[in-house]
Amino acid sequence: MALLELKQVTKVYQVGAVAVHALRGIDLMVEKNEYVSVMGPSGSGKSTLMNVIGCLDTPTSGTYILDGKTVHDDRIEQSSNGKLSDDELAFVRNQKIGFVFQTFNLLPRITALHNVELPLIYAGIHKKDRIEMAKEALRKVNLEDRMHHQPNELSGGQRQRVAIARALVNNPSIILADEPTGNLDSKTSREIMQLMDHLHDEGNTIILVTHETDIAKHAHRVVHFLDGLIASDELTPKGKG
Amino acid sequence: MNLHEVLMSSLDSIRQNKLRSFLTLLGVVIGMFSIIGVMTAINVLQNSVESNLNVLGTNTFFIQKYPAVQMGGGTHWKYRNRKNLTYADYLQLKDRFSGPATITAENWHSGDPIKFEDKQTKNSVGIQGVTPEWEFSSGYFLQSGRMISRNDLEQMRNVIILGQDVVDVLMPQYNPVGQTVTIRGVKFKVIGTLERKGTIFGQSEDNVVIMPLTTHLKMFASRWTSLGYAIAVMKMEQFDEVQDEIVFNLRLIRGVPLTEENDFEVVSNTSLIDTFNQVTGAIKMAALLISSIALVAAGIGIMNIMLVSVTERTREIGIRKSIGARKRDIMNQFLLEALVLTELGALIGIVLGILAGNLVAVSMNVSGVFPIQWAIIGVIICSVIGVVFGTYPAVKAARLDPIEALRYE
Ligand SMILES: Nc1ncnc2c1ncn2[C@@H]1O[C@H](COP(=O)(O)OP(=O)(O)OP(=O)(O)O)[C@@H](O)[C@H]1O
Ligand SMILES: [Mg+2]
Repeated sequence: MALLELKQVTKVYQVGAVAVHALRGIDLMVEKNEYVSVMGPSGSGKSTLMNVIGCLDTPTSGTYILDGKTVHDDRIEQSSNGKLSDDELAFVRNQKIGFVFQTFNLLPRITALHNVELPLIYAGIHKKDRIEMAKEALRKVNLEDRMHHQPNELSGGQRQRVAIARALVNNPSIILADEPTGNLDSKTSREIMQLMDHLHDEGNTIILVTHETDIAKHAHRVVHFLDGLIASDELTPKGKG
Repeated sequence: MNLHEVLMSSLDSIRQNKLRSFLTLLGVVIGMFSIIGVMTAINVLQNSVESNLNVLGTNTFFIQKYPAVQMGGGTHWKYRNRKNLTYADYLQLKDRFSGPATITAENWHSGDPIKFEDKQTKNSVGIQGVTPEWEFSSGYFLQSGRMISRNDLEQMRNVIILGQDVVDVLMPQYNPVGQTVTIRGVKFKVIGTLERKGTIFGQSEDNVVIMPLTTHLKMFASRWTSLGYAIAVMKMEQFDEVQDEIVFNLRLIRGVPLTEENDFEVVSNTSLIDTFNQVTGAIKMAALLISSIALVAAGIGIMNIMLVSVTERTREIGIRKSIGARKRDIMNQFLLEALVLTELGALIGIVLGILAGNLVAVSMNVSGVFPIQWAIIGVIICSVIGVVFGTYPAVKAARLDPIEALRYE
């Protein structure tokens, strides 16, 4: 069974009297350990898709199954099974999703280590274990020596690596990266992509939004978005080879 | 997320916003300070009153025109219109009464210095005229010389007994007995000195001089002069009995009809303590009222600050939600922050209040108190305030939509 399955997912934003159709009926399956990049023009619905997959947002209609668990299914009317509650969504975000944002989204006044610890705190993991796990995640992104620094004492690339460590620390089913290199120069971007490749090699499932073909090439599969619909979905040379 | 984590993170955010936290704290501090300060001061007073109220001597009560403490307004005229207590009344009372007690009549004056050679006392020295029975009701003892005698009284002699403060100022080097001092140009022969008595409520008891009542009246009496009678009872068991009899006789002498209340006041230790408790009770209520207003204001301040904090930290809330914080995690975080703030304020207010209250103790030379029950009540009140006013901002924070919160600039 697919790790992630979207069927006819739509998302409509109501802005005053105007309905903005951000997603118009998305069908998408992602298997375990796939490496997918999502491309498409600005406003085509890429971020909206990521937010739906990441359980930050709920679809207007359609079915979403993650890791065998029904997150949203509007065919089931009863709220008990058809939709997860806020707390259940929070649990899914905490346990199954690792989010990496373009703007890093670290808490500014706490150390890198503490930032990475946060998901574990909400998971209710004991302090001792927590610190070990957080250090381990920072080791994976090669930032062990900066763990006691606050975000404003780190470079952009280092901040993004802290964010990646935070995404990793709970062993999520899927890592969602929405333009992770969007705020970084090309050299740092390359380092971050090497890290992503490495995480994929280690068995992680990754979905990555990008505007740059060079970055998209790292993935094994590229999904092209246009006006809230999937325009194409094909393997990259790396995926074929 | 366990309590410890929430606590640490709320302490963090308090530390990160020092000025704002301080301003928020201020309201709580002031509220707590005023409750605890007043309550501590009153406790101190109560303790010292209970131990000091042998001011009057336990076996003595007083008859006077005005009550010891007047409460409220409007009743002043009732007392002013009473007939004065006179020397003639006193002599009649002494005639009629033959119970186991001594009756002293006294009059008090201040505002004139005592002069000796080139020295003189301050105007504040108490000049007291007494009858010979004063010896038994006053609680003073002679250091040297003799007391006021019946002859002194009847012959209106210009003789005087000096308190130790007066001796210290006028004639520390001399043997006072036999010297001559002057008051308003009138010469007085010193016949004795009093043993030092110390201070009560910060007031020296030794800044006095004593002369025969008749002499005193001749010098100082006016149409407003009303004497005080001090009745010293021999045996405590007879206290109430004597009091009843004195009151009965005095009513007869002053012609008070049966149906009317006394036209004089009876003041004893118990009546003083009662009055004192009435006064402190009123002060306590006032303090409680003022502090509750201050605390409600402080609570609204806390709510305001917490709402600002929620808005400012919208993005933080979004980030926390995106990595798995549940509604109740966010709610707890902000509620606890409000609570930590108020408790911190309470703690500071309590400490300052106790210190200030005990300053009263220091200034009055009595032992300090630690009003533990008020400290606990204060902490409870502050917790309630923290919860009541912290809940709305916390709920608001918890309800934020994760995406919108993340997008917030
Ligand atoms: N909260 C919202 N309210 C109203 N409209 C929204 C909201 N979020 C997104 N949209 C609209 O939905 C559409 C898709 O937006 P989305 O952010 O998914 O685009 P995107 O593909 O990520 O674009 P970009 O490449 O610029 O990041 C856009 O037209 C956008 O204006
Ligand atoms: Mg986007």
